[in-house]
Amino acid sequence: MENALPLVQVTGATVRFQSDTALDDVDFRMFAGEVHSLMGENGAGKSTLIKALTGALPLDAGVITLDGRTVQFATPHDAQLAGISTVYQEIDLLPNLTVAENIALGREPRGRLGSIDWPAMRRLAREALADLGLDIDPASVLATHPLAVQQLVAIARAISTDVKVLVLDEPTSSLDFDEVAELFRVIRELKSRGVAILFVSHFLDQVYEICDRITVLRNGRLVGEYLTTELLRIDLVQKMLGRSAAALAARPRLDGYEDPDPSVTLSARGVTVLPGIADADLDLVEGEVLGVAGLLGSGRSELARALTGVDRLEAGIIRIDGQATRLSSPRRALSVGVVYSSENRRTEGLIGELSVLENITLALQAQRGILRRIRSARQRELAASWVEALDIRPPDIDRPVGTLSGGNQQKVLLARLLALSPRVIVLDEPTRGIDVGAKVEIQNLVGELADTGLSVVFISAELEEVLRVGTRVAILQNGRVVDVLPSDGLTTDSLLALVARPEEDES
Amino acid sequence: MTSTQVAPARESHVVSSRHRFMTRHASWIPVFAAIAILVAMVIGAQIYFDGDFLSPPLISSILLDNSYLLILAVGMTFVILTGGIDLSVGAVMSFTGMFGASLLRDGLPSGVVAPVMLACGALIGLGIGVLVQYFDVQPFIASLAGMFLARGLGFVVSLNSIKVTDSSILWLQRTRWHFGDWYVTATGILALLVVAVGALLLAYTRFGRTIYAVGGNEQSARLMGLPVARTKLLAYVVSGTCAGLAGVVFTAYTGAAYPLNGIGTELDTIAAVVIGGTLLIGGSGFVVGSMIGVFVYGMIKTIINFLGVDQSWTRITIGGLLLLFVVVQRVIVARSARRR
Repeated sequence: MENALPLVQVTGATVRFQSDTALDDVDFRMFAGEVHSLMGENGAGKSTLIKALTGALPLDAGVITLDGRTVQFATPHDAQLAGISTVYQEIDLLPNLTVAENIALGREPRGRLGSIDWPAMRRLAREALADLGLDIDPASVLATHPLAVQQLVAIARAISTDVKVLVLDEPTSSLDFDEVAELFRVIRELKSRGVAILFVSHFLDQVYEICDRITVLRNGRLVGEYLTTELLRIDLVQKMLGRSAAALAARPRLDGYEDPDPSVTLSARGVTVLPGIADADLDLVEGEVLGVAGLLGSGRSELARALTGVDRLEAGIIRIDGQATRLSSPRRALSVGVVYSSENRRTEGLIGELSVLENITLALQAQRGILRRIRSARQRELAASWVEALDIRPPDIDRPVGTLSGGNQQKVLLARLLALSPRVIVLDEPTRGIDVGAKVEIQNLVGELADTGLSVVFISAELEEVLRVGTRVAILQNGRVVDVLPSDGLTTDSLLALVARPEEDES
Repeated sequence: MTSTQVAPARESHVVSSRHRFMTRHASWIPVFAAIAILVAMVIGAQIYFDGDFLSPPLISSILLDNSYLLILAVGMTFVILTGGIDLSVGAVMSFTGMFGASLLRDGLPSGVVAPVMLACGALIGLGIGVLVQYFDVQPFIASLAGMFLARGLGFVVSLNSIKVTDSSILWLQRTRWHFGDWYVTATGILALLVVAVGALLLAYTRFGRTIYAVGGNEQSARLMGLPVARTKLLAYVVSGTCAGLAGVVFTAYTGAAYPLNGIGTELDTIAAVVIGGTLLIGGSGFVVGSMIGVFVYGMIKTIINFLGVDQSWTRITIGGLLLLFVVVQRVIVARSARRR
C-alpha cells in the first residue's frame, strides 16, 4: 500500500471564514482499499476538510488530486460525478420521496423521451439495498422507515454510484450495536472492492476496530498521519488534545458522602412514572455527584424527568430538605432549586440563533418575571463571568450559540442553569456527542461544582464516565433503582455486570 | 380517515397490501378526501333537487367555466410543492389579457399575440423566481410585488375594458364539440392538456422530482446534487406561463379584457390547490388533486347558483372547506412527524 500512489491527495488545503482560519495548510491522503479515519476535537477542522473534499466548500488555497488528476469541485454533485460520495451525520435525505428516489435521484435511469424509468429505478434501488442486506420496498416513502434504515438508505445512495471514495461523517451516532456491526460488514466489503473510505467518528473503539490509518488534526492544522496498529490510544488522545496524558487523569475527589452527618438535599421515595420508571428510591446528599448507570431503556432519562418536574409523578414522593414537595412543573422544580439539563441540548435546551449572552440569561430572566428586567449591563457582566468561569470558547458572548462546538454549547447550557443558583442539578447525557477533550472538561467541571456544595445527578450511557464523575452510582434496571454503590469499589467491568445483570438474579 | 396502525386481520396479505399502500401512497389520501367531498356534494345536490341536478351539459359547463382556474391551479401546484406561494397569478392573468387585447386591437395577428402573452407571464414569473432564489425574498412578498406590478401594468394598458374581436381567440371559446349531450370547448381541452402535461412533468422528469425534493428539504436536495436553484426558478416561470395562458383563455371566455379582472383569483387558486390535497409546506401533492380542487370549487358555485341564493355563499363554503382541509393537513403532518 505504501508504494502505491494515493487515490486522493490533498496538498496545502486552507479554508478561511472571514478572520478565522478553519483549515491551515493541511496535507491529507487516502489510498484505494483502505479505511482512513480523520480524528480531532470539535473545531479541529474535520468537517471543513470533509466539506472541501466533497465539494460543499471551496478551498481558499491548496490542491486536491484524485487518481493523479487535479480536481476542483464546485458542488457536491461534481464530487459525486468524480466518484466521491458522502453520507452526512444528520441524515440528509428527502423524507417525502420514495426510497428508490432517495437512492437514485440525480442519476435516475431515463427511458425514451428522457422521462424517468420508474421500474428501472426501483430495480437499481433494490440492488443497492441488497448490497447492504436490506430488504425494504423501494417504492415506499422514506419517512415511513426508522432512522437506522434511513441511514442505510443514505449509504446505499452513496455506494450505488461508481464510488471511489466514500466519506462517512459520524455514521454510527444513530445506530445501535447490531446495526453498527452491519455497517462495518458493508465497509469491509467496500474496502475489498478497492474503495477508499473516510470514516469519521468520535467513538475510539469503532475507529480502532475498522480503520487502517488515522490522520489527526488540531486547531485546523495537521498533527500527523499514523497507522492504526502503530498508534496507541493514549497517544492518539494526546495528539488530538495537544496535552500530556497526566492532565487527563482523574481529578481528586472530596469524600462528601462519608460525612458522618450527611445532609440529604433531595430524597425520592417510590417515584413512579409508567412505563419508564417504577418505585424508585434515591437520596442525594449535598455536594455529591450521583452517577446513574443503566442500559438504554432502563429509565435513565425518565428518572431525570421525574426528579425535575418535567413529567408528573404517578406515585411516590420527593422531599427537598426533608420537606415533601410536589414538583408539578419544571418551573415549580426550579423555584425549589432543582434544575434539569436535557439530553437533547439542541432541541430541548439551547436556542441556536440567540447569542451566548441571551441563552445564559434566559432562564434567570424567566424566573424573575418579565417585569423585573435584568439591566443589560448586569446581564453582560453575568454572562461574561460564566463564560470565563466555565472557559467557554470563543469567549464572545454575542456569538450565536449555534456556531459553537458541542462541548461549548453544553457549557452554555450549564451556565444558564448555574446562573439560577440551583441546589440540585440533573444532567442527562451532558457529554454526548462532544469530543474527548471537552468531555474531560465537563467532567471536571461537574466535580468542581459538587465541591462547592451543589448536588449533581449525572446520567451517562458511558459507564466509565459515570464511575469517574460519580461519588456513588445508582444502578437502573427496567425502570427500577436496583442498587446504589460507592463508585470507589467498582470497575467498569463490574459495573457493566451489575447494569446488565438479569432481573432474576437479584436477591 | 383510516388509521396508519395496521389492525390485526384474518388474512395476512390484506394487512401487507394495506401496509404497502400506506407506505407508498399515503400522500394521495387528501386527494381521495377531496374526491369524496366532490362525490358527496354531487349526491347531496342530486337528492336535494330531486334528481334534477346532474346532467351532461352541467358537468360540461363546469369545465368550461373554470378552465382558466384549472390552468392557474396547475402552475400554482408547482410553486406550492417547492414550499413557495405565488400571489401574482390573478393580476398576471388580468394584465396579459389587457396587453394581448390591446395588441389585437392594434391589428397584430393572434398567432403572435398569444405567444407574447405567455412570454409576459413567464417573464413576471422569472422575476419573482429570481427575487425568491437569489435575493432570498419571502415568496409571499416577492409574488405580492409581482401582483402589484402586473395589476399596475394592466391599468397602464387601459383603464377601460377592451373588446376582443379576433376570430381565432374567440374560436377557443365559441366552438363547442358535442358528444350527445356532452360538449367541450377548445379552452377546456387546453386546460386538460395543461393538467396532463403538468402531471407528467411532476411524475416523470427530474425537474418534477426535484420540485418535490426542494419542498421536502432544500438543503438535502442541494447536497444530493440536484439543481435546486434552477428548479425553484423554473417553478415560478411555470406558474407565470400558466397565468399567461390563463390570460388567453379568460380573454376568450369573456370576449373582452378588463383591468379589474381576476381580483382575488389567486386566492381561489390557492384554495383549490389546498383543497386538492397539496401541503402548503411543500413536498406533497398532485396536479390531479388540484384539478379535483378546482372541480370542487366549480361544483360549489354551480350548486349555489341552482339554489338561487347569493353568490357570497360560495366564498363562505370555500372558506369552510379550506379550513377543514388545512386542519386535515396539520393532522397528517403531525402524525408523520411523530412517526419519525
